[in-house]
Amino acid sequence: MIRTTPFHPRTSALNETGLWQHWSGHLVVTRYGASDKFEYFAARNAAGIFDTSPLYKYRIAGRDAERFLAGMLARDIRTCPPGHAHYTTWLDDRGFVLEDGVVQHRSPAEYLLTSAEPNLAWFADRVGRLDVTVEEVSLDIGALAIQGPRSRDLVARLVPAAAELPFFGLTTGAVAGHPVTVSRTGYTGDLGYEVWAEAPDALAVWDAIWDAADGYGILPYGMGALYMMRIEAGLMLLGVDFDSSRFAFNDAHRSTPLELGWRWMFKGLADDDRPFIGRKALEREIAEKTSRWTMVGLVVDWEDYDRVYTAAGLIPPKDHRPVHEDWMVYDDERTRVGYATSFMYSPVLQRHVALARVRPDLAKNGTRVYLEFTVDHHYQQVAAHVARLPLYNPERKTA
Amino acid sequence: MDRYDAIVIGGGHNGLVNGAYLARGGLRTLILEQRHLVGGAAITEELRPGFHFTTFSYALSLLRPQIIHELELPKHGFLPLQMSTRFAPGADGDHLLFTRDHDANLREIIRHSPHDADAYEQYGHDLDRVCQAMKPLLDMAPPDIFSDDPEELVALAALGSRLRSLDKRTLHNAVRLLTGSAADFLDDYFESDLLKGWHASSGIIGSKVGPRSQGSGLVLLFHSLGEHDGSFGTWAFHKGGNGGFTQVLARAAEAFGAEIRLSSPVERVLTRDGEATGVALRDGTEIAADVVVSALDPRRTFLELVEPRELPDDLVEDIRRMKFQGVSSKVNFALDGLPSHPTLGNGPEIYRGFLNIGPSIDYLERAFDAAKYGWYPDAPYIDCAIQSTIDPDMAPPGKHVLSCFVQYTPYHLRESDWDAEREPMADRVQATLERFFPGFGDLVLQREVVTPLDIERTVGLSEGNIFAGEFLAPQMFFFRPAPGWSQYRTPIAGYYQCGSGTHPGGCVMGAPGRNAANRILRDRAPSDN
Repeated sequence: MIRTTPFHPRTSALNETGLWQHWSGHLVVTRYGASDKFEYFAARNAAGIFDTSPLYKYRIAGRDAERFLAGMLARDIRTCPPGHAHYTTWLDDRGFVLEDGVVQHRSPAEYLLTSAEPNLAWFADRVGRLDVTVEEVSLDIGALAIQGPRSRDLVARLVPAAAELPFFGLTTGAVAGHPVTVSRTGYTGDLGYEVWAEAPDALAVWDAIWDAADGYGILPYGMGALYMMRIEAGLMLLGVDFDSSRFAFNDAHRSTPLELGWRWMFKGLADDDRPFIGRKALEREIAEKTSRWTMVGLVVDWEDYDRVYTAAGLIPPKDHRPVHEDWMVYDDERTRVGYATSFMYSPVLQRHVALARVRPDLAKNGTRVYLEFTVDHHYQQVAAHVARLPLYNPERKTA
Repeated sequence: MDRYDAIVIGGGHNGLVNGAYLARGGLRTLILEQRHLVGGAAITEELRPGFHFTTFSYALSLLRPQIIHELELPKHGFLPLQMSTRFAPGADGDHLLFTRDHDANLREIIRHSPHDADAYEQYGHDLDRVCQAMKPLLDMAPPDIFSDDPEELVALAALGSRLRSLDKRTLHNAVRLLTGSAADFLDDYFESDLLKGWHASSGIIGSKVGPRSQGSGLVLLFHSLGEHDGSFGTWAFHKGGNGGFTQVLARAAEAFGAEIRLSSPVERVLTRDGEATGVALRDGTEIAADVVVSALDPRRTFLELVEPRELPDDLVEDIRRMKFQGVSSKVNFALDGLPSHPTLGNGPEIYRGFLNIGPSIDYLERAFDAAKYGWYPDAPYIDCAIQSTIDPDMAPPGKHVLSCFVQYTPYHLRESDWDAEREPMADRVQATLERFFPGFGDLVLQREVVTPLDIERTVGLSEGNIFAGEFLAPQMFFFRPAPGWSQYRTPIAGYYQCGSGTHPGGCVMGAPGRNAANRILRDRAPSDN
């Protein structure tokens, strides 16, 4: 039986399309109105609200919580003081990525970790003799993402401390008298916040936010708009851009954090002596430069793209709806050098863009490659250049 | 005396595009704008605190995509927001409401006429084919059919071969549109008056033709040549209005090294021995340049900025008889809330795009009737957009701005003038909106009225013609602005034209500015010989 989220009575009333999809066993809106692109623009130009409750959530608490997570998470959690959050990942002992997620340091001995898929056993079974509890709280918490240029004003009207919250900062407050946690996080690559409420308070919290937003041009957005924004933001999607090493049958379906472009997570690795799962393999990969790929953005050459369609007598399509398929990437000599996993036409960038892995020696910004797709049922290769992720990175995101 | 490689006269969108390309091509470029802001007829002004009005042009579609890429506009804030609905109210609460759900739109048409649903698909397909065939012509100078230059003959042959490559139906449709009336063309597809009136509206915008006039087909085709993110014939609203767009262009031009000088009206182009040498500003300042480009309309380019005596007689005569006769006005409103439609209410979801007050071809034709006799109609055609539903930064929370493009309001009024008729005309616009949206008047906080006379006075467009010269067949392509002068040059060496009065024409398209820059840069390139 499919579950609904704590906000379902409200999202359901707003969904004019009858289009729903399943996410982690929950019913979520595909798009609220006829145009997912309009919802996307609301979030990019004003503000959008998104029900992100289906995420898995784990409360990790106890005297040894930091020590425990320092060994479980590849990014050094000790650099995340209370009141802050980390985008992080956890690896297996071969240095392959199991998953990514955001961990909130809610109080000195309490963390909240989100993930896309179940991870309780992975964490709970490795507690050992530490003073730590790992508790599944997924259904206890409703989460709303409020994203876009107007999100700060809007959230700060309800939780004033949010006005001063730094990127990946965390604060608490009350909305309609109910306690909430507000994090300056999201999956859009924009200025944005997430509001975490106790599930029984969810509707009251939604109503207070909705009322505060009246007249501000805020729109609810569905999965369609979310998937557009996350590609522009260079944020990977499990099951699309990478798979969990835990359940992969071979290494072709595994990725290391370096291959996914997360080298920045390990800037302090040399000065950080903590043992963590996958550390040795990670160090070896860095030292021996054995990464097979580097995740990059691709920006398609507009003239070349138009050329292949025009030559076929077609109007070049500029479809903003993401394509989540493997498309091959070639170099100048038409040797296969990688593959793209997500592709779309980006309205803010006015270009077709992709998230792709390329051979590390080709990952330099501006490197020319060729992306292959089909036109009239024939393979065509179209010029593109490598671009740094995120592809869209407005100043307001971190300002 | 200051010296530049190139001076562009006029900081409207074409002047900015032209200046940006010239600077990108390595020329030390100065753009001179008479007003205190760039944009020409593409500006946004805060006329009431928090309310931003698109004084003149009000949406974006025809902008050539090459310009977006070549001038790297997204880096400078280019943001065309999707207009996600189109709404055509009819009589007695009847309406057509289109969203971005194509299948739902077909159902909406079937509500009015089952016949018209697949006819609409056919119409869209036929129009797309014609547009696909025509679009490449927008990005090139028309070949000079009066020249014996081998290069021109080759270009002409290429044009002929392009026409030959079209299928019979597409070529025939193109000719039907280019020479016929919008009404005749639409009658071949549709039976619903509301649907026909709505689509015929594209055939009259900015032009002194009615939907039944020969020539309105050409105007319809021209307005269909745009695109938003690859979707032909659809429109976007730029962040901050078209003024927001021209600010983006200005930033791009400056990033390429162009200099923009505001409040610097040009008095005349300086010439010596048949060559342009610079410009003189109204305050007497003289600035030297090898290249001078006029982004003004042909009347000003040829008859005011230079001495007609320096030009060939036939060109002077052709420009004198070029038709301008503006018929369009703007009435922009600051609103206290959203208007209420008798059957659909006042939800924002019906107002996220154009709102077309032109419920039948008869309605449009009657509105045109008045203009034929030098007057304006009781029931005008109005193309509305409540832009704050698309970009909430246009108005304070809960408030709105409504842009109304109005026809027909002829520049030359019989026995009166626009200083006298400005407010009475706007009253008729408001009364018309009141008929379609009862209670509309109660929402009005402020209104701005811009007649053809005001367009002429403020922007400098002769007779207030928004295209800088009408879209009439004898004023298009080979003949825009005059036979023999469609390639952006003028008879004065070093003096060029890049405004909407040149090929391909008006709308916020930028093609004249880009094509002219290509011509100038090619003329200055070292010869191959």
